[in-house]
Amino acid sequence: MSIELTGITRRFGDFVAIDGIDLRVETGELLALLGPSGSGKTSLLRIIAGLETPDHGTVAFHGADATDVHARERQVGFVFQHYALFGHLTIFENVAFGLRVRPRRHRLDEATLRKKVMRLLELVQLDWLADRFPHQLSGGQRQRIALARALAVEPRVLLLDEPFGALDARVRQELRRWLRRLHDDVHVTSVFVTHDQEEALEVADRVVVMNHGRIEQIGTPDEVYDHPATPFVFEFLGHVNRLPVPGAPDDEGFVRPHDIAVLAQPAIGALAARLTHSTTIGPIARLEFALAADARTVNVELPRDAFRSLQLVNGTLAYLQPTLVRRFTQPTPA
Amino acid sequence: MSAATTIARFSPATNEARWVRMLLIGVALGFLTLFLFVPLAFVFHQALRKGVDVYLTAISDPDALSAVRMTLLAAAIAVPLNLVFGVAAAWAIAKFNFPGKSVLTTLIDLPFSVSPVIAGLIFVLLFGLQGWFGPWLREHDLKVIFAVPGIVLATIFVTFPFVARELIPLMQAQGTEQEEAATVLGASGWKTFWRVTLPNIKWGLLYGVILCNARAMGEFGAVAVVSGHIRGETNTMPLHIEILYNEYQFAAAFAVASLLALLALVTLALKFAVERRQRRVDDQDGRRSR
Repeated sequence: MSIELTGITRRFGDFVAIDGIDLRVETGELLALLGPSGSGKTSLLRIIAGLETPDHGTVAFHGADATDVHARERQVGFVFQHYALFGHLTIFENVAFGLRVRPRRHRLDEATLRKKVMRLLELVQLDWLADRFPHQLSGGQRQRIALARALAVEPRVLLLDEPFGALDARVRQELRRWLRRLHDDVHVTSVFVTHDQEEALEVADRVVVMNHGRIEQIGTPDEVYDHPATPFVFEFLGHVNRLPVPGAPDDEGFVRPHDIAVLAQPAIGALAARLTHSTTIGPIARLEFALAADARTVNVELPRDAFRSLQLVNGTLAYLQPTLVRRFTQPTPA
Repeated sequence: MSAATTIARFSPATNEARWVRMLLIGVALGFLTLFLFVPLAFVFHQALRKGVDVYLTAISDPDALSAVRMTLLAAAIAVPLNLVFGVAAAWAIAKFNFPGKSVLTTLIDLPFSVSPVIAGLIFVLLFGLQGWFGPWLREHDLKVIFAVPGIVLATIFVTFPFVARELIPLMQAQGTEQEEAATVLGASGWKTFWRVTLPNIKWGLLYGVILCNARAMGEFGAVAVVSGHIRGETNTMPLHIEILYNEYQFAAAFAVASLLALLALVTLALKFAVERRQRRVDDQDGRRSR
């Protein structure tokens, strides 16, 4: 089931949350809406779900206009950042909720319903928790139950609003791999919202980078990372240094911290700089240099061993050689 | 909130000198005794002073029984109505945004800020013989003032804020995510209310109803203005007590008063039980959000 958005605009008073967005989500893909807070990604997701109405524009599922279809009838699955499980119901009843509130003629008989709910709980590997209550579960378990609950109604599309946002780093990583595998099994068209670029790049088939209610770029994780369309995308997808590069617009080029070689001797195109700070985090050394020319800070990432063999201490003069510089043809925003 | 309770439970509340603690506890206990326990005990002492027979006669007097019936009737009508109004108002205010929301919130508080006597007078001015609707009511042979409908109206007015006031902060804190989840899962507004919203507010709601009921039964000022004190017809318990007292029938007055005091004790016990239950639910919610 594909999703087509055309000319979606949404204002809150004077604030333009979404500014004329066109987007097509292909059948069966897992798409990430990535952007900083206030970029309109959550509003866009809620508009697809029917929880909010756009001021202009249309939402269609597989070519059929759904703009005026109530959220209740859109047959979408929605997973909330804070799970929104029903605290007074058991895990089993939470997952069964969507099946039990159907109009009587569409309701399943109890045996079929039980079988279906238990199958979903097995799918999220939590069938042994069926009789517990939500407050007895960990955050990661709750979010898996929320997912099972959303899948129970056999949604045409699955929408996830910062699904891992409330979890700690380790559970988050585990859960996003799990979500990727689950999507490969279930293959329901899915859109998830995140502000975490790593999460988007790791999980999604395609990434939509949003800023100020507009789409900056759409592409596969490799496309947006390797060929960012705008300075914003480049800066948002990782740490960036702006370095003086003759010939580039504003004489500035963008360089990732890991695309800089540190040399002990001067070389052509290398910039003299002094080391001001260094930390080693696991296998990586993060270094801070101050350029000799204008004292601006440059961040560099080196493998730990490479850093050791350079034998740098704070204050040492070294030479930074960018190995990959990105230039943008349009002027960079101030 | 649960963090605060944990601290209170496991660490000493104060490390002041012993005499300071004794003094503070003594003052608090003395105050409570003087203003709460002594009057309560006095009510029962006075009621039973002339023996159980007098007590039983006083509370089985037809006028007294009529006053009890009147009070129960007024509460039985006012409390369910305010339950419905309160839930509807709290639902609208907490879960939706609409123009005039702050005006509605202020209006709900109006009965708290207006003197009950004024509240009673409003109804006299509206429905009394000289009032706006007076002539129309007389033509149709309807009585509101100095009759049961007036008492019920006054009681509803005075107890209007209790349920809504209790629910609005609770529902605002709970937000709308669970309702949205239910909607997306295909539940109608009605089903969402019964299966999601109501279970989430039931303890707060019960608490509001208990408070509303206590006030409905104990209301004096507004009802005094509209009732006309017709014995055996439009007297409620608080009015009946006043009449007996003014007639120097102290034992009888205190006997009926003891019934009201008993009711207050029952209310307190219920309130205590509900609060404990609610705190347990809150504790679970606290764990959930962590």
